[in-house]
Amino acid sequence: MTVDWVYLLEITLSGIGAGALMAVTGVAFVLIYRVTRVVNLAIGETLMLGAYAFFGMTSILGWPVLVAVPLVIAGGVLFGAGLERTIIRPMLGQSPVSVFMVTIGIGSIIVGVVQLIWGIAPHRLIPIVSEKPVFLGPAYVSSKSIVSFTIAAAVIAFFLLVLRFWRGSLHLKATASDAGAAYSCGINVPRVYLLSWAVASAIACAAGILIGMVGGISPEMGVFGLSVLCVVIMGGLDSILGTLVVALLVGLIDAFAGSFLGGEFKQISTFTLLLLMLWVRPHGLFGTAEIDRL
Amino acid sequence: MTPAAKMNLAKATATHIGRELLYRRLLWGVSAVLFVAAPFLFSQYWLYWVCLIAINVVSATGLNILWGYTGLASLGHAAFMAVGAYSVALLDKHLGWSFLVTIPLGGFFAAAIGLLVAIPSLRVRGLYLAIATIAASVILQFIFSNWDAVTNGMKGLIVQPAQFAGVQLDQPRLLYWVIVPTTIVMVKMASNLFRTRVGRAFIAIRDRDISAELIGIPLFKYKLLSFGLSSFYAGVAGALWAYFFRVVTPESFPIETSIFFLAVLIVGGIGTIGGGIIGAAFMTLVPELLRIGLTALGPWMANSATIIPSVRIIVFGVLIVGFLRLEPQGLMELFGRLRRSFLKARVS
Repeated sequence: MTVDWVYLLEITLSGIGAGALMAVTGVAFVLIYRVTRVVNLAIGETLMLGAYAFFGMTSILGWPVLVAVPLVIAGGVLFGAGLERTIIRPMLGQSPVSVFMVTIGIGSIIVGVVQLIWGIAPHRLIPIVSEKPVFLGPAYVSSKSIVSFTIAAAVIAFFLLVLRFWRGSLHLKATASDAGAAYSCGINVPRVYLLSWAVASAIACAAGILIGMVGGISPEMGVFGLSVLCVVIMGGLDSILGTLVVALLVGLIDAFAGSFLGGEFKQISTFTLLLLMLWVRPHGLFGTAEIDRL
Repeated sequence: MTPAAKMNLAKATATHIGRELLYRRLLWGVSAVLFVAAPFLFSQYWLYWVCLIAINVVSATGLNILWGYTGLASLGHAAFMAVGAYSVALLDKHLGWSFLVTIPLGGFFAAAIGLLVAIPSLRVRGLYLAIATIAASVILQFIFSNWDAVTNGMKGLIVQPAQFAGVQLDQPRLLYWVIVPTTIVMVKMASNLFRTRVGRAFIAIRDRDISAELIGIPLFKYKLLSFGLSSFYAGVAGALWAYFFRVVTPESFPIETSIFFLAVLIVGGIGTIGGGIIGAAFMTLVPELLRIGLTALGPWMANSATIIPSVRIIVFGVLIVGFLRLEPQGLMELFGRLRRSFLKARVS
């Protein structure tokens, strides 16, 4: 049997593209978890909200893309900050499962509101990049995937660099490792909390635009958040690097499972992997072993 | 305190206790009469909701044993209900056994699968456990939708009406006599459980697992037991569900159902038997009340019928967020506070 190398290459590229999108969304999960120890399941719905806001501005109001993108991201900042200040901060310190349920509730409200405003039918975003296919060697890739992959990679690289070299990231690290001690050293812990939620929500909104650009938008697209949560847990809830590695891995596995076994095997392969990982190494590939805190 | 004052206090306490006992007996009496009379008093429509609430009470009580009393949150509860429902459907299709046998068997099958899931999952706690149970339920869901030879894939299975002495129990008025007594027995069993050694061990694990281990409770064994019991309740609820709706598909028990039961406990009052009952009744009726309310608004709102699903989702989220944020002990605590303030007003 001859192996169709071009086909394999195409699957690999689409897997990497999907993985990059998961990685960007994963950064939002990690940022919030590292600082506030909250697993925010509403990330998926925030992403959907961002995509719909972009859809409303460009397709319905007819604003130019270059105006809409910054507005959506700014909206994400305000949304995340507002959420943290009004609902999450008073809940901090309660059992993690309670806070997790609160974020599920928030997600459910967002889905309902989006359905009320924009209806339940799926939509397509206006084409931002040309629909012309691109050939990497002999393999075919859609130009949308290349653009979204490039942006995703840039965002992740930016956050890795910022967290490594920016002085302010010390505040974040200090707060993450011991909020009480950080507070007594003069770090404005509440502001770090606020910032982490604001930035994470902005990332999620931006990721929503990218994902909507590739696959279209619908009120159910928030389910993507659940797959990303799996990825983040496998990579280690507090590790951006781990999220990156596992996101690409899961993207590849999903793509191969989807192509060779059938579409219904995509989700099952992710969750089986997750169950195995939780069994063997509960804190994930690169995470810190502190599971007893939960 | 003077002897006379002491006497007065003793008398007052005695009458108070006496009155409390009287109230309790009255409550039991009224409930018993209502239980027997309900199928003759209410219309099919109301009995439909009574039966559905009763089914949800069984399932919520099961989740309460696990989450409310043992402190282990599970997002796989719906999958265990599905196991119960599929067991009934398969036993009914291939063997044609009576519901008297299939309902308990549905519970036992669900408990067996629950233990199978619990053994690897219980290595982790808290949120990780919740996520491990999501993974397990996705895998079960996958089996239900793809094992065509047994589960008939996405088309699902049809369940024949339950039969008793030649009568087909195919409407809520008749099924009431199966569902509601089962619910009463299951709830009574659960409330008695927490007066036994096992139940107290669960509570000790919930309050502080390390201290529980120190006073000699084998953690893994009791957590496993709690998981099995909870799955048994879910399985029985799923079995009743199968006889009630008479068709079981992989989409009958989505992950939203698991979230629904967590919400039931949050809204009703977690860790109290009454909370599971009130929460199940409330959360089952809210969507229907919203439908009635929005339909009544029809003359004034052109699109009131089309927005019902969206409004339901929003209200569901608002209830979860609102109760966790403002009244974490749920409706039980709210009612208790109302009652206390009412009593205080009467005394003064």
